[in-house]
Amino acid sequence: MTDLPIWAAIVVGLLLIAGGTFALIGAIGLLRLDDFYRRLHAPSLSASGATTCIVLASIIGFSVMNGRPVLREILVGFFIMCTAPVTLMLLGRVALYRDRAADRPVVAESDPLGASPDQE
Amino acid sequence: MKRIIPHPILTLVLLVMWLILTQFTLGQAILGTAVALVAARALAALEPQTIRIRRWSPIPGLFYTFVVDILWSNVKVGRAIMSRTTPPSGLIEVELDTRDRNILAIISVVIAAAPGTAWLGWNPGNQTLLLHLLDIEEGEIWEETLKKSYLGRLKEIFG
Amino acid sequence: MSAVILTVSLYIAEGMLAAAIFCVGIRAWRGPRAQDRVLALDTINVNVMLLFVTLGIRTGTVFFFEAALVIAVVGFVTTVALAKFLMRGEVIE
Repeated sequence: MTDLPIWAAIVVGLLLIAGGTFALIGAIGLLRLDDFYRRLHAPSLSASGATTCIVLASIIGFSVMNGRPVLREILVGFFIMCTAPVTLMLLGRVALYRDRAADRPVVAESDPLGASPDQE
Repeated sequence: MKRIIPHPILTLVLLVMWLILTQFTLGQAILGTAVALVAARALAALEPQTIRIRRWSPIPGLFYTFVVDILWSNVKVGRAIMSRTTPPSGLIEVELDTRDRNILAIISVVIAAAPGTAWLGWNPGNQTLLLHLLDIEEGEIWEETLKKSYLGRLKEIFG
Repeated sequence: MSAVILTVSLYIAEGMLAAAIFCVGIRAWRGPRAQDRVLALDTINVNVMLLFVTLGIRTGTVFFFEAALVIAVVGFVTTVALAKFLMRGEVIE
């Protein structure tokens, strides 16, 4: 990885630092925000912003180094893009359901979950 | 055609994935095609509904809007977290006039990838989507975006 | 020159990811509710996976990519199982 041309090294370095910044901001958000529903927004910063930047950096670095397109890392990005909605959606519904079960003040006036929480 | 390849898009994606994970050689291409065909038949046995794309032309525009929205939302939420006072949050309900599972799946990817929005629930009865927004001021913007630039184009694509 | 740029930016990115994992770890430890912990564990998973991708760039081998893919798959299944448990566990109570 040390024999990259200088432009590729700069691009890869900037993308890496941008990805790290996104991940760190997301983590700070998870620590700082005061309510679960607000905290639910912070992880998608590392799932979308940071993953995109770091995966792009890896693709560019390996492709320039090998002299041919290396697209392995795109699978990681694709996988995260497909699974992040499922986990975040499930956690949002869990929070709504548990708040309702514990008789906490529920944030929603209407009932979006329908009759049972597992109904599709 | 339909009998041999039940899910053409899935077969193609699986073949490309196989080639990326191994090597781009003829032998791997043949083996990957065989695996993809078997996997597609297995899925066809489980799930009868196949994806039918009516029009391909809105896809590049949709992808462009998606990338721009995600970047914009990432930067916006990053700023909101690092600023001293975070904006007030709230819930909005968006009425999406569709029952198509594929459209809803793609909209859920958009909502999860955009950090400013979180999917809380989908009510199939009155077809409304409950969203939590980090900045409630952006509620109308998001409602407009979801309805016009996503739902409209997705309906064109899937028919 | 390009080696210096790459090494420094790799160090910065890895440091930031490590700091992010630390912050999320505090949230997982503090809670206060179970869904906070599950959300924090899921975020740790994503960040560890990103750390592995950067390690792969540093060493230039395929090994870390495969590890990252396995972490992503296992982490997804774990989070879904925990979320399902949080929903189902209280129905019985």
